[in-house]
Amino acid sequence: MSGEPIRYTLTIANPQGLHMRPIAALVEAASRFQSSVTILKDGQPPANGKSVMSLLGLAAEKGTQITFEIHGPDAGDALKAVVDAIERTCEE
Amino acid sequence: MRMSDFVVRESISPELTAATKEGVIREMVENLRVAGYFKGGEQDDIVKAILKREQLGSTGIGRGVAIPHTKHASVDRLIGTIGISRTGVSFESLDGEPVNVFVLLVSPQDRPSDHLRALENVSRCLRDDTFVKSLRHATTREAIWTLLDDQS
Repeated sequence: MSGEPIRYTLTIANPQGLHMRPIAALVEAASRFQSSVTILKDGQPPANGKSVMSLLGLAAEKGTQITFEIHGPDAGDALKAVVDAIERTCEE
Repeated sequence: MRMSDFVVRESISPELTAATKEGVIREMVENLRVAGYFKGGEQDDIVKAILKREQLGSTGIGRGVAIPHTKHASVDRLIGTIGISRTGVSFESLDGEPVNVFVLLVSPQDRPSDHLRALENVSRCLRDDTFVKSLRHATTREAIWTLLDDQS
């Protein structure tokens, strides 16, 4: 892998926060790509976007900002897929 | 928050007897009832709600761990129970492996942040291989309780 990672910040809109269902959708999406997917939240160690166990550690409530840091040859598509996964499960 | 803040001590099971996904969920909800939670009818309702949630996607998150959960109006604070299966149970987990450590959570309707904090807490403990190994080797309710209560 070479080059700079893509970074993208979003605010959690789901009233329930980033709970297990959106996390599972995110992991399922991230795991389809070769790129590494890291999720950063203030005050927490970086979470692995391909691990439910790791992402549960974020406890990201509604209104929290999280930053995706995606590194690899298919980073652009991976970002689109993971953001879509979170938005798709927003109301669940 | 520690796991001993929300796990109901008297409901802990070091040896679940059920061998199916639905059976384990029923057994664990029953363990909470025996420990003094839920009134008549509520128990079935909670089991159904947990099974419905499982249909959206298994809460078997890999590494032999599952966190079945639901919200329910019968509780006024988040409660949980823990159960160990000696044989392992097929749970349609994300990694396809059987589950032997179960943490079941029931939260009030309006407290999403408590639920997220409990998930954070459970995941932090269960990422620790030493903790999980000790949990799998614990043979009594008290031994499991001590493990939950000792974590930082």
